[in-house]
Amino acid sequence: MTTLTDRSAAVAVRDLTVLRGGRRVLDSVSFEVPPAQVTGLLGPSGGGKTTLMRSIVGVQVIASGQVTVLGRPAGSRLLRDQVGYVTQAPSVYGDLTVIENLRFFARVLGVAAAEVERCIDVVDVRRHRNDPVARLSGGEQSRVSLAVALLGRPRLLVLDEPTVGLDPVLRRDLWAVFHQLAADGAAVLVSSHVMDEAERCDRLLLLREGRLLADEPPGTLLARTGTADVEGAFLALVEGRAR
Amino acid sequence: MTARITAAVAVRVLRQLRHDRRTAAMLLVLPCLILVLLWWMFRDQAGGFDSLGPPLLALIPFVVMFLVTSVTTLRERSSGTLERLLSMPTGKADLLGGYAIAFGAVAAVQSAAAVALCVWVLGLDVAGPVWMLVAVAVADAVLGSALGLYVSAFARTEFQAVQFMPLVVIPQILLCGLFIARDELPTVLHWVSDVLPLSYAVDAMSGVTGTASGTASGMVSGSVLGVDAQVWVDLAVVVGFTLAALGLGAATLRRRTA
Repeated sequence: MTTLTDRSAAVAVRDLTVLRGGRRVLDSVSFEVPPAQVTGLLGPSGGGKTTLMRSIVGVQVIASGQVTVLGRPAGSRLLRDQVGYVTQAPSVYGDLTVIENLRFFARVLGVAAAEVERCIDVVDVRRHRNDPVARLSGGEQSRVSLAVALLGRPRLLVLDEPTVGLDPVLRRDLWAVFHQLAADGAAVLVSSHVMDEAERCDRLLLLREGRLLADEPPGTLLARTGTADVEGAFLALVEGRAR
Repeated sequence: MTARITAAVAVRVLRQLRHDRRTAAMLLVLPCLILVLLWWMFRDQAGGFDSLGPPLLALIPFVVMFLVTSVTTLRERSSGTLERLLSMPTGKADLLGGYAIAFGAVAAVQSAAAVALCVWVLGLDVAGPVWMLVAVAVADAVLGSALGLYVSAFARTEFQAVQFMPLVVIPQILLCGLFIARDELPTVLHWVSDVLPLSYAVDAMSGVTGTASGTASGMVSGSVLGVDAQVWVDLAVVVGFTLAALGLGAATLRRRTA
């Protein structure tokens, strides 16, 4: 793969530093997220994954550095219908039905009603179409939240731990959805603290204690560290630094 | 501000209320029950209901909408939907406007029911036009919504949000002229009551029914559209407080947070 420039990258992050309560949550992080690929953001809880995603979406106050999304500064007005963001907690209205939630957000985004039906099918919640979201299981609720992020086919999807607590079958299906979105040209950034999800990604970002340990395809990472899996690679990188 | 998004927010808030039938029923029935209770208490005392009914018609929508809005917006803040909406093309004015329209509409229905009950069933004496009672009640309700929206920024839990009721609302109830006419209050408290919005809401309501106490007899005279000019002044003050509270509320809606 060729070196990406700011122009072609969906996301370009340069020397990003974020302070929260005096603590350096992100420390001079730089990387790019290519379009048409699934990029995995992996690392232990508390390592700064959510803060990094919030910075890309443009809802995080940053201390220094630049975050460029689709050629514009993160959070620009013109990006607001181009970026789909799913937070860890399902950000939908529990007292509204699935269809009411999607129709509301579709109206906010100004996308057609047909788009609502498409997104319901993508995340496979059609049989719960008229159920209040609060009555669905946790996994179903996060799929509804994902469906909202898919409305209008955004060019960048930022998904914070979208597969937590899902059964293996559903997890596999969702990863298939992510790859389909990437095949359609979207840049997909997915975070996870489960290392075995890493092999499903085209490219990996390993984040620990606010610093980036790795930024490469999984195969390259394993070859470089001489390890058999990403968990091993992560340990090798952490211990290598300590030495 | 986008009309499409503002309308979407208003419709969504009303839809949420429709799903919550118990709350919807309480919003409509509770004010009426309280007014009937008041009427019953004063049944044998001439003029009692005529002087206490109007302040309560001003108070109830204010208190109810303050509570409903502070809890609803707190939920919006803590569930992540606010952050999601602000990462979309939603303007702050769309959110505030949508909420104001939805709760204003609920208040209109609520107040129409309460006013109809007072005037046509319980025999409340009204010197001015009846529609003005509803208009003042709606303004009071939107004021309550605006204040609730603002204080919800300072609460982390629904428990805390409810605690703001005694802090923000009860002093206003005590000083609005319901218990002691405002010009009979100790001087300092009279000044305080002069800068509290509920005082003007109650003055406006009493002005319409023609039971205004000494203070409200006012700085201006004459009438517009069959309504005492002083009532319009009081109403304008309520609307001014509402706009100020909405402005403060807008300042608490941040796209970027730490």
